[in-house]
Amino acid sequence: MKKCKRIFIYTFLSIATIVSIFPFLWMISSMTNQSVDVTRGRLLPGTHLFENVKKLFETVDIVPALVNSGIIAVVTTFLTLFIASLAGYGFEIHRSKGKDIVFNIVLLTMMIPFAAIMVPLYRLFGGITDTMPFFGIDTLAAAILPTVTTAFFIFFFRQNTKMFSRDLIEAGRIDGLSEWGIFLRIYVPTMKTTYAAAAIIAFMNSWNNYLWPLVILQSPEKRTIPLLISNLGSSYSPDYGMIMTAIVIATLPTALVFFFMQKHFVAGMMGSVKG
Amino acid sequence: MGQQLINKEHITHKRSMKAFIRKHIGWLFIIVSVLAIGLFYFYPMIEAFLLSFQSGAGASLKYVGFDNWMRLFGDPSFLAALINTSIYLLVQVPVMIVLALIFSVLLNDPTLKFRGFFRTAIFLPCVTSLVAYSVIFKYLFGVDGIVNHFLLNVGAISESINFLADPIWAKIIIILAITWRWTGYNMIFYLSSLQNVDHSIYEAARIDGANAFQQFFQITIPLLKPIILFTSITSTIGTLQLFDEVMNITQGGPGNATLSISQYIYNLSFEYTPDFGYAATVSYVIVILIVFLSIIQFKVAGDKK
Repeated sequence: MKKCKRIFIYTFLSIATIVSIFPFLWMISSMTNQSVDVTRGRLLPGTHLFENVKKLFETVDIVPALVNSGIIAVVTTFLTLFIASLAGYGFEIHRSKGKDIVFNIVLLTMMIPFAAIMVPLYRLFGGITDTMPFFGIDTLAAAILPTVTTAFFIFFFRQNTKMFSRDLIEAGRIDGLSEWGIFLRIYVPTMKTTYAAAAIIAFMNSWNNYLWPLVILQSPEKRTIPLLISNLGSSYSPDYGMIMTAIVIATLPTALVFFFMQKHFVAGMMGSVKG
Repeated sequence: MGQQLINKEHITHKRSMKAFIRKHIGWLFIIVSVLAIGLFYFYPMIEAFLLSFQSGAGASLKYVGFDNWMRLFGDPSFLAALINTSIYLLVQVPVMIVLALIFSVLLNDPTLKFRGFFRTAIFLPCVTSLVAYSVIFKYLFGVDGIVNHFLLNVGAISESINFLADPIWAKIIIILAITWRWTGYNMIFYLSSLQNVDHSIYEAARIDGANAFQQFFQITIPLLKPIILFTSITSTIGTLQLFDEVMNITQGGPGNATLSISQYIYNLSFEYTPDFGYAATVSYVIVILIVFLSIIQFKVAGDKK
């Protein structure tokens, strides 16, 4: 009876595992096959990897897309960390009634769906395109700015700041550090793991973001990786081998982060709920 | 003597200055965030509200009162999007949460072998971007996709099924895809909470004669209630905003069979002749739904306490 149950559990988990990783295996195997073999249902790895990679780099502007996505993700991550940690620190360490009210109002924005503010944001950036072309429609700056400050990360930093020892702040004051100096010299280095966790989530979100770049970036040379893949995926006669290669390349950065920093990643997820 | 007095005054002045700075400097830390949230969330929400009373193509908008709001009731596309989104919500979120709970309970058993492997494998799908996995699912379930090949080979079907051209299958594929992507993600939340639970509680229950099901419903579920509430709210919000998957797997088709509300808003604003006013009206429906459902979920979870 007990053995039966065990076997059932292992079977169940094995099926779940196969379902979970099969699309990955198929993607990697298809990357090495010709398009026609993929449509014939070939599962085994082939010998056309080099050919697919070459075709991808020659016929599709994947390099500019990688560069655009890279710039957007890195800048977004830095700005997010800076702005959100300042706010999380301010709300928690310099707590006051007024700030708590502001904090609750900020939290309300977690319920605002992006689709609801997309049109006004588009009009906002459309309105400044003539006077400030660098921040207007079809610029990387416009793709970055509205995504930087989110209630999620402010909340995340505030939750984690609860564990930051106030004695350190007093010590800093006695040492004659300014309030700004305390933040920069004591808080930031102490909270390294919190920053790491937030950086992973911010980077992944930004790297994978689709809807806002789709709205705001219009010219082909501004395209990010998700836009490029969506475009390839909707073609009428898709070259499966090549598209799978593009998808693997697009997934590589987040997959590497996942494998090497899984602990921080999980810490980042959990940091938003504890407390 | 006089000099000393001035010094004292100077010092107290300096002290009160310092106290003043210390009391109010917190605002400086949060000011950038507050301004950005105001500009990129509250201003657009107000603007969208005003837009919902305007109509016209592109930039030539004029006030039309409640026309947009009345239009909602007679708009078959909106109705389709609302029904589809409700189906996604009512089927996908419960299935995913139950699955995630089962996985987490099974994987929390310390005597289980290969726990780490199973955990990582089930968690893995969340490294993929929404667009990337959507395209993969589109190909997996294509007419000459691997799923059809498999079903043909095992003899389950005699000819390929065009999954994505069938209104019901297309919905099922979208639900399958989202479940594949997010079950492991939610499982990690439950697993992390379960790891904080003292195993002696379960031992005590076992001694009292509670079977596995009783342990699950009477210990595990109540302990995980806050986190289940958290994940159901985030999942609900996520599903109500569903866009990337529908856009990249079916583009809302066949017909409007898989159209989501977010995609309808996108189409109204950027695919068809832009009608920002009506798009804003539809977007307020999602806001209202999110607020309404979050309150209900809080109430349901709160009542049982």
